[in-house]
Amino acid sequence: MKNNKAKVRNFHQAKWDEEIIFELDTPGECGMLTPQIEPEIEQLVGDGISTLPQNMKRVRPPELPEVSQMRVLKHFLRLSQQCLGADFNIDIGQGTCTVKYNPKINEVLAGNENASQIHPLQDQSTVQGALEIMYKLESFLKEISGMDRFSLQPSSGSAAIFTMASIIQAYHKSRGQAEQRDEIITTIFSHPSDAAAAAVKGYKVITLYQNEDGLPDAEALKKVVSNRTAGLLITNPEDTGIFNPRIVEFTRIVHQAGGLCGYDQANANGILGITRAKEADFDLCFFNLHKTFGAPHGCGGPGSGSLGVNKKLMEFLPVPVVGFDSEKYFLDYNLPNTIGKTRSFYGAFPVILKAYAWIMSLGADGLTEAANVAVLNNNYLLEKIKKIKGAAAPYAKGRHRIEQVRYSWEPLFADTGITTEEVTFRLADFGFHLWSSHHPFVVPQPFTIEPTESYSKDELDEYLAGLEHVVREAYEDPEKLKGAPYNSVVHKIDHSTLDDPKKWAITWRSYLKKHKCTD
Amino acid sequence: MDKRKEFVHPYIPNSVPQVKARMLKEIGVESIEELYEDIPESLRFKGKMNIPQALGSEYDLKRHVEQILAKNRSCSKNISFLGGGCWRHYVPAICDEINHRSEFLTAYAGEPYEDHGRFQSLFEYQSLMAELLDVDVVNVPTYDWCQAASTAMRMAERITGRSEILVVDTVNPDRLSAIRNYCTPVLTVTTLKHDEQTGMIDLDDLKAKMSANVAGVYFENPSYLGIIESQGQAISDIVHSNGALSVVGVDPICLGLLTPPSGYGADITCGDIQSLGLHMYYGGALGGFIATRDEEKFVMEYPSRLFGITKTAVEGEYGFGDVAYDRTSFGVREKGKEFVGTAAALWGITAGVYLSLMGPKGMTELGRHILQKSQYAMAMLSKLKGVKVPRFESSHFKEFVVDFSQTGKTVEQINKALLDENIFGGHDLGGLSKELDNCALYCVTEMHTKADIDKLVTVLSKCLG
Repeated sequence: MKNNKAKVRNFHQAKWDEEIIFELDTPGECGMLTPQIEPEIEQLVGDGISTLPQNMKRVRPPELPEVSQMRVLKHFLRLSQQCLGADFNIDIGQGTCTVKYNPKINEVLAGNENASQIHPLQDQSTVQGALEIMYKLESFLKEISGMDRFSLQPSSGSAAIFTMASIIQAYHKSRGQAEQRDEIITTIFSHPSDAAAAAVKGYKVITLYQNEDGLPDAEALKKVVSNRTAGLLITNPEDTGIFNPRIVEFTRIVHQAGGLCGYDQANANGILGITRAKEADFDLCFFNLHKTFGAPHGCGGPGSGSLGVNKKLMEFLPVPVVGFDSEKYFLDYNLPNTIGKTRSFYGAFPVILKAYAWIMSLGADGLTEAANVAVLNNNYLLEKIKKIKGAAAPYAKGRHRIEQVRYSWEPLFADTGITTEEVTFRLADFGFHLWSSHHPFVVPQPFTIEPTESYSKDELDEYLAGLEHVVREAYEDPEKLKGAPYNSVVHKIDHSTLDDPKKWAITWRSYLKKHKCTD
Repeated sequence: MDKRKEFVHPYIPNSVPQVKARMLKEIGVESIEELYEDIPESLRFKGKMNIPQALGSEYDLKRHVEQILAKNRSCSKNISFLGGGCWRHYVPAICDEINHRSEFLTAYAGEPYEDHGRFQSLFEYQSLMAELLDVDVVNVPTYDWCQAASTAMRMAERITGRSEILVVDTVNPDRLSAIRNYCTPVLTVTTLKHDEQTGMIDLDDLKAKMSANVAGVYFENPSYLGIIESQGQAISDIVHSNGALSVVGVDPICLGLLTPPSGYGADITCGDIQSLGLHMYYGGALGGFIATRDEEKFVMEYPSRLFGITKTAVEGEYGFGDVAYDRTSFGVREKGKEFVGTAAALWGITAGVYLSLMGPKGMTELGRHILQKSQYAMAMLSKLKGVKVPRFESSHFKEFVVDFSQTGKTVEQINKALLDENIFGGHDLGGLSKELDNCALYCVTEMHTKADIDKLVTVLSKCLG
């Protein structure tokens, strides 16, 4: 059923050939004037500098570029045009990232001076509004997950995973078992941080690989649990989009061995209001406010990872949490075995505020509707992509998925030699992203698509038309793909210098030292 | 509450019933319920989430949230002297402009082709910070200063192979708490004392606690209490002569004026970019930086992404990419250095804009302005009966401790009186230590006018009698 509205766009990204800011340096120009000190003050205290210890007076001013204000603005606006945000493209190709619509009203609300101009150490009577929003967001997340208490402090999903690992360790320490329980179990299709953050806490990480259904195996889990097990950190559905129906067996096996179960809910978007951490018997869970709950990704942050726990783990949460004494909200530091701080102050407040507003806009039924439509959209795409020659959807044959699918271009690669990376670079010529997979590539030539609930059927069809077009090109004219992209911001990048300590340049000054002749 | 039964939500295009039906038909199922076949009945949530029903219109949402926010009192309408890890500095309009750009706001993890602008702006952030800090390597931002300092400690451990760190007791208490958690169980954290008169590090205590088991020493300059540490080189020398690393935390707003840590032997510099064009947001806008020399043994220990500049197939074109990607957990999971993920990129871009606007002169003049203004405040406050300011006999930048213990009033009482006059007094340090009982941490920036400071003094004078 062809959608005639689904055109393959004759797209060209903005391309300014813009300099590096340092190349715009013109001595004497200035972008900002600072306020002048009042003359009476200067009369009283002098230049101030003479009181500084001599060795702490900066000798040479920092070599920042001198650029007039309009040129700075132009520079960064041009760079922004050379960046493909979700507001501009059909951003369904960033699987696992849940790139949904970030409502503009939430940006307006976060810009309110009573959100942006408040200081974290203000008397709590003067920030009751901020505390109310945090308290209420927590109450929503408790409803969604069934957990008993939340900390909004962790800065991101990975930070929340680290906090889970910290709490798990603190729990076992409180029972004299921290040294004995030095292993954390995770799965290969859970986020890399589920493994890496546990390792920071000194845990030995045991990673379960998938069986032929694409799921971690309960029997394999039984073989690796023991009295050394501190816990399980797992995502469900995993990055394949397949829900593990035996998850309760998993948590039971780990609990029986004396471990705790932590639920990485980065993939919550398809199951809001449908299934919860509590019924799957998790002890801890977290949500990404910058994914599921509509706060923007910001090029890679700020984000927020809200961490929920059951009653027995409440005492270990980072402090403070937000309390309500029936009259006023307050910052509660009274958690007897808190792991302390994982971040300064209380959490990424603007992100928290946007998530609160997103939930209030949708309401309880709206959350479930968002989940339902995300799943509908995903299975619609699955049905269509399965039919594209060259594409495959490994595992769970004939079955549906939840909110995303881990696909494979393996047949395309076998037929044409075109890799998933080459498809991705050519898709940029049509204004699309396409992401492969976390490493290692268990699924060969992987690509992962997560449509969320934000895009219309016409938009999904447009993305499909783009995929089909590029695949057709791969079969008919593979050389075309090998030189891509052509209509993007730059041409084929030479990555060879980036792993060579003699050649890598992480800053402009380093680049000048290593690659340019200086007079 | 929106009482319309079945409404299509503006954020969910395919909630239109006819579109849903068509899509279901194309999938070949009768209902969405069939798509959830893998979730067993026993795991289905059968209850109702006690979350309000949809507010409905955007207008209703706006009013609702604004009503809650109206319960706050902001630093725009009150004079705030609060600091302690979050500070009120002027945010240029262009910082807001770029921070709000849709392209940057809604981009995420695209390739260095279609997201070239993201890579370049973060590379420029790294580069601008490098000039301020006088180093050759700066990371894509991590969460905040707590994380930057904690990671710096773990980097020191990995580089030296040793198992103890020394942390001065005048660092921000949040930092010490985060470092303790982050270093458990791999590193022991031992605190170092400060000199009771100057507030600077007690060098004798450092020498006594230094050993071949110490991986690194961490201090902040200026310290949490605003004191400028003048013994930086001496500290680094002691640290280096024992084969350990010198790690220094700094609020970069002072670096137009003050010597950067690399100038007195710091091997790793860390800190927060909050002062550089970020609004306070209740302490919710933070970004951590880690900076070092460009030596392989340091670079390979960063957990963060590091964006590098390179060439493309076209002469003169700049391309960007990840330096040593397989160093990270993205590359090799638990075999990578610590972990990496979404952190504070947009704040990094914003800080880059700030530094581009301010330039060298702006940063130097701003530093001097803050210095003069805070000295003015100290001078005027010291005229008040029973008030000792600054509490410690040292140079200060931006922040200083005011000792009210001889006034007969507690900081709590004083701050209540100030609040009645729309002034947020300095943070009560009483909980920290006996030494700081009835002391408050005051912060003065370029956003305080002389009149603001004079008003503080007038109100305090009335309160203290």
